[in-house]
Order: sequence, then structure tokens, then C-alpha cells
Amino acid sequence: MTEPVLEIRDLSKSFGALRVTDGVNLDVRPGEIHALIGPNGAGKSSLIKLVAGEIAANSGSIRFAGQEITGFDQIARARLGLTRTFQVSSLIPEFSARGNVMFAAQARRRSVFGFLGQVARDPELVDEAMQALERVGLADRAGVRVSELSHGEKRLLEIAMALAMRPRIFLMDEPMAGLGQEGSARLVGFLDKLRSEAPILLIEHDMDAVFQLADRISVLVAGRIIARGTADEIRNHPDVRAAYLGEDEA
Amino acid sequence: MTVALFLEQMLNGLQLGVMLFLMAAGLTLIFGVMGLINLAHGSLFMVGGFVCAAVAAWSGSFWLGLIASLAAAAALGALVEIVVIRRLYDRDHLDQVLATFALVLMFSEGVRFVFGSFPLYLDPPAFLSGPVTLPGGLPYPAYRLAIIIAGLAVAAGLGLLISRTRLGMQIRAGESDREMIAALGVDIRFLYTVVFALGAALAGFAGALVGAIQSVQIGMGEPVLILAFVVIVIGGIGSIRGALIAALLVGVVDTMGRLLLPMLLSNVMHASNAAGVGSALASMLIYLLMAAVLVFKPKGLFPANA
Amino acid sequence: MRDLVTEHRLNIVLALVLLAGPLVAHAADEPFMVTLATRAAILALAGVGLNIALGLGGLVSFGHAAFFGLGGYAVGILASHHQNYEPLMTWPFLVNGTNQMLILWLVAVLVSGLAALVIGALSLRTSGVYFIMITLAFAQMLYFFAISWPAYGGEDGLSIYVRNAFPGINTLRPLDFFLLCYAVLMVVLVAQWRMTGARFGTALQAVRQNEGRVAALGLSPYRIRLAAFVISGMVTGLAGALYVDLNRFVSPSMMSWHLSGEIMVFIILGGVARLFGPVVGACLFVLFEHVFGSFTEHWQFFLGAALLAVVLFARGGFIGVVAGRARHD
Repeated sequence: MTEPVLEIRDLSKSFGALRVTDGVNLDVRPGEIHALIGPNGAGKSSLIKLVAGEIAANSGSIRFAGQEITGFDQIARARLGLTRTFQVSSLIPEFSARGNVMFAAQARRRSVFGFLGQVARDPELVDEAMQALERVGLADRAGVRVSELSHGEKRLLEIAMALAMRPRIFLMDEPMAGLGQEGSARLVGFLDKLRSEAPILLIEHDMDAVFQLADRISVLVAGRIIARGTADEIRNHPDVRAAYLGEDEA
Repeated sequence: MTVALFLEQMLNGLQLGVMLFLMAAGLTLIFGVMGLINLAHGSLFMVGGFVCAAVAAWSGSFWLGLIASLAAAAALGALVEIVVIRRLYDRDHLDQVLATFALVLMFSEGVRFVFGSFPLYLDPPAFLSGPVTLPGGLPYPAYRLAIIIAGLAVAAGLGLLISRTRLGMQIRAGESDREMIAALGVDIRFLYTVVFALGAALAGFAGALVGAIQSVQIGMGEPVLILAFVVIVIGGIGSIRGALIAALLVGVVDTMGRLLLPMLLSNVMHASNAAGVGSALASMLIYLLMAAVLVFKPKGLFPANA
Repeated sequence: MRDLVTEHRLNIVLALVLLAGPLVAHAADEPFMVTLATRAAILALAGVGLNIALGLGGLVSFGHAAFFGLGGYAVGILASHHQNYEPLMTWPFLVNGTNQMLILWLVAVLVSGLAALVIGALSLRTSGVYFIMITLAFAQMLYFFAISWPAYGGEDGLSIYVRNAFPGINTLRPLDFFLLCYAVLMVVLVAQWRMTGARFGTALQAVRQNEGRVAALGLSPYRIRLAAFVISGMVTGLAGALYVDLNRFVSPSMMSWHLSGEIMVFIILGGVARLFGPVVGACLFVLFEHVFGSFTEHWQFFLGAALLAVVLFARGGFIGVVAGRARHD
């Protein structure tokens, strides 16, 4: 069996009396989409933040690409190839769509201290950005300022920036949110192929998308994983049904 | 060094600290409730000094001057809040800094226009003009002692105001949750004006009290303003308690540094050099204290929203 | 896009006006006007320095007078040692003063850059109002240090009696010195323009707009800001060096918080984050001071009123009003 890319062991996090992550164990294997579902407030986004290093865990460990990264900060983890997309689009508002992706490509090169060469005339960065935009279907909007993009376009731009990072794993926080039916369907098709480039830890509310895409699904309720399995196993799992029916389908 | 000198300087340090608290309390309240950084706070300090000196000279009564300075600073604060400051709450800090810097220029020149460029002098009230003898036989100026007592009394009063009164409850609500005070049916615009005027009155009060120790002159509020910023950074922004403790700390460290550093240095170098180098280093001491706090506790010693 | 073209054209016009003014004044035998223009160019350079931190990086430093003053003292101290034929130090090796501007500038830039590194490393641990207050406090610390350090004039300041030398030109002639300062300003502006479009400028602007995103991409916002702060301090320090040669005098007032405020005022008057914003702002400031100062000693009251009006009602400053909102890729 191949070694997991990401391995989370006994991870816990509390804010005051509130335990948002409670002894979570989870791994993501090469080539798979591992979906994380659960009702609102279950701690899904907190878990992504813990993995990305935006917040620090109280206990537990995270291994990534054969390395212990529990003590690493967000920047160091991103450099190792952990790339996240945000639940609420987090972009550089005054840059164009292309400018955003070019900046991601620049960041992948860890290149900050260039003072003369003009980014806009850098063929490598421009080509890479255009390729990523092409893949998500935003090529014809490349020159448009982010603040003038539609909500759905911003979601796709998030994905394009993640592509330009060429990560070893994608952490995607509700990529389908606000895309509409057609957009979601297209993104499902895209992510389906993307898993061969790098595995995906996917948080998603769109259950149709989850059941189509996920190799494995983990169900998070009140900070704990209550069930794990394939789409069929989860669909018929009594605890999951209870959690969802009891908590009102989100 | 004698024990008497040491004690005297400790008291001077406390007196400076109390002054700084009066300034810092207003600044930190205004920041805590309205999210505004106000450079013109030092101008209100100056206006307090000038009004007190002018009214005291005209009426012959220090007390009348003191009351007038409180009233003038509060009224001016309310006026400035209504005309200018109100427009800055939803602006970024850069705009707030520049607009209140503009107010500093206008106040300084305005005061110069009204009172002229020469310093005014203000005498403390007669019964406080002499020294008192402290336990242990140490003579100490009664007026400075009165400042310390008045300042601590104001600190206590402010503490009660915030913890026990309706206005205080609204202020605390404003610091933690702005939507909530609107939901409570509080007139926010009025509350903001009152808080600003309260801060202004504290600054004017401090300016009037200090006016009888130093001369009353243009720009007298500016060094105090910047020291009050240091106090806030050390104490933690938005925290009255932090402001009090940090103010006393800064006052004592600054005063004692100026006394002790030249003495310490005279052990290792020539006396004349030691005085110069020592006073230069002493002038940096509280800023180094601030730097140390920043390294270990970037949010200050008493962060308000811990 | 049209706005950007407008701004480029406007910048060229502004650069030419600043050059033509003193040339005309020189031809009309008005050396005072040349000196005034030199003052504007140097203050503009100080503003250009701050604009790198403030405009591009969003770092509201209220302590840039510290770097202006340190650059100034670097020149004042070295030049006075040169004039008095006293070495600056004799141990562990001999260091003499100098009157060569190129060396003086280098020292000024290094000293102010080093100070910016230390002050920035501490101040950038915080943000927002804290950052403003802390930069202000550190500048005040250096101000008080300059006042109480007796060796170089203390509160009275330090005079250098002859302007320092630059190879190939006679710096004592006002027009020559103006052209030198103007050239420095233009070189720095071109460098800033290149930097803005280069990888560093891109990263810096990204940090200003969305710090969390930059960190998520694996770049350190702290380091980017610190580098910008150091560059910014260096440029303002260079302006301080020129300022001392203009006045042949350096004093603690170069480090006063009023000066920090004024440098910031240049930027807001001209337009925040505009390449030529500080240039326009400094020129307006010097003109304002000259015109209003000639008929009222209370001109600063009117400066305050004008500044207040710009902040409240004309955001974007002069260039914002003339060229419209900024756009960039």
C-alpha cells in the first residue's frame, strides 16, 4: 500500500471551552479525493486551517510528504506543497485575474527580490498563468480586475491560483459554493481529472458532487470523525443519517 | 545618593506617570470605543494649559482657571468631534492620522494667534505653593503631591465610571460589540461625542495641572502625546488598567533613569562625559522599554481583548 | 487603462515643470527660486521614500523623520570632521571625515537603512494603530537622543560651512546643486517605477491588499514588508543627506515628529501610491509655505485647513483629481 501524502493523528484544537477539533485521525493517499463532510459548525474549516497552519493545534501531529510538519508555520507548509483554496475567495483585489495567477506562479518560485525585470513582460509567468486560467475556463477574462469578476469567476480563479502553485496536495474549502449547477458540474469534471496530479482534501456541501468525486468520505460532527468510508457506505451509515437528519440538512 | 533624593525622584516619577495616565486614558478610551487614533489629543492638553493660565491670570483664582480649562477642553472636544472627527470613524488610520495632524497644526497656530508666541506662567494656588514635610522629614512640593493625589483620584473615578455607571456600561459595550449598543437603543452618535469630550476633558485637566509646574507654551502637548502613545503600546491598547500601570511605569523609569544612569556611568567614565552620555541614554530608556515589551508581548502587557 | 496613460503623461509634464522652473528662475537671476525648487526636490525625495512603505506597502510610518535626520547627521558629522581635520576615529583603524558627496550619500543610505532594519524589525511585529504609534515613538527616541547627545551640537545643531563636493560640478552654484538633486530624484523615481512592476513591487502590493493570501502562497509578509521598510528608509535617508547640503546645517528638528507628519502630508496632497504623488505634494507644500508664509506668520493654520479639506473631501490628492482612479495589472 502506498504511503499517505497527508497523515493527521489525534489532532485537537479548542477555543476556550469549545473543542472544534477533537482527536481527529485522517489521511489522504496519492491520487485520491478524500471528502470531509458534516453539518454547519462541525469544524470542517477549522480542520483545514489546522492542516494549512493558519492556526496551531493544541495536540496531535501532522505528517506531510514523509515529514513531520506539526511545528511548521503556514508559510513553511505552503512551501512544502500544501496549497489551500479559501471558502470565501481570498484574492488580490487590485490585480487582474492573470496578475493573481502570475503572482501564485511567482510565489511558487519563492521569488520576491526581483527589482528590475517587469512581471508583466515575464514570458514564463505569463504563460503559466494563462495555462492555468485556460484550464479553469477563465482565459478570456485574464485582463479583468478581480474586483470586477463575478462570484463564480472568483471561485474559479482560486482554483487557477492553486494550480499555479503545482502543489503536492490541494486543500479545497467548498470550491463549488456559489458556482451554480452548470458551473458545479464542470468543476466536478475538472477535479475528477485533477486528482491524478495531486490528491485533494475536499470540504464540500454539495452532496451530489461529493458522492460523484470522493474515493473516501469522512464525516465530521462536533469536531469528531463519526464515520468514514466510500460513498455508498456513507450514504447508508446510520450515524451519518442521524447526524444529518437531526441537525437539519445543510 | 541620599535616600531623600531617591524618594523625591520616585515621587516626581509618579507625578509624571499620573499626568501620562490622564492623557493615555483619553486616547485609549477613544481608540477602544471609536477605533480612532487622535493626534490632536496633545492640542487639547495645550488648550487646557492656556485656558487655565489665562483665566487664572484674569480672575486671580487657580481654581476658576482649572474649572474653565476642564469646561473649555470638553466643549472644544465635543465641537471638534461633531465637526471633524465624526467623519473619520469609518476611514482608515492614515486618514485619521492626517486629519488629526491637520488639527494639530490648526490648534497650534490658533493658540499662537490668540495668546501670542510667548509662554504663559501659571502659579499653583497659594496653600499648595510651599513644601510639605513627608514622613521621614523629606520636604516635597505640596502642589506636586496634590497632582499625584488628584490624578489617582481621577483614575479611581474613571474606573468607577466605567464599571458602575450606565455610561460606563455603554462604553464597555461599545468596546466589545458596536452592533449591540445600537440594539440596546443607545444613541451612538451622542455616546461618541460624550466619550470624545470626556477624553478631551482629561487631557485639558492634565494640561492645566502641568501648566503650574512648567511654562504654558505652544506645542507643550506634543511630547506628552508621544509619551502617552508609548504608555498605550506598553499597557495594551484599549485597556484603562493597562494605561494606568504602564503610565506609572513609564513615569518612574524615565525619571529614575535620568537620575541613576549618569551616576552609574560616572563609575566607568569621566564625570563630565558621564553626565552627557547618561542623559542621552536616559532619554532613550522608555523607548527601549517599549521595544522590550514589543519583543515579548507585542499586544502590550494588558491586551484589552485577550 | 486610459487613466494610466493620463497619469504617465501627467508625470512627464510634472517632471518637466520641476526642471523648467529653476532654469527660468536662473535665467531671470532669481537664485532664491532655484533654492526653493531644490528644497522641493529634496523633500519630494523624502516623500518618495515614504511612499514606498506607505503607498505600495500600506505601512503607515509616522517616524520617517528619523531616517531623514540620520541621513542628515551622517553627512553633517563626516563633513564637520573633514572640515576640522579631525579623524572620526583612530582605533581600531583610522577613519577620516570626507567632503565627497558620493561617499557621504553611501554612508547616509547605509546608516538610515540599518536604522530602518532595526526599527522595522520591531515595529512590523505589530500593525495598524500600534505600528503608527511605535514608529512615531522610535523617531522621537532618536530625536531626544540627538538633542541630548552633546558631541555634535545637541539641541543647537551642527553647521557645515561649505557645501560638500561632487565630481565634475560646482555644487556651490545653486543651479548645479539643483540639477544634481533633480537627477537623484529622477533616478530614484525611475527605479521605483521599475520596482513597482517587478517581482518585489508585485509582492509588496499583494501583501498590502491581502496578507493572508500571500502567506498561504508560501511567502513571508513580514520579510517583504521589512525589505520595503528598509528601502523606504534608505531613500528618505538619502534625501536627508541632500537636505543638509542644501542648508549646510543639521539639527534635531530634522527628526521631529512634525517633519514625519509633513513627509506624510506630501504624499496625501499629491496622491497616495502615485509615483509622482510626493513630487506634486512637496512642490505644493513648498509653494504654499512660500506664498502664505509671505503674508501671514500663521500660514501653518491654513496648511492644516487645506490638509483637512484634502483628507475629508479630495481623497486621491492632486493626481487623483486630475488623472482619475489608479488601475494596474
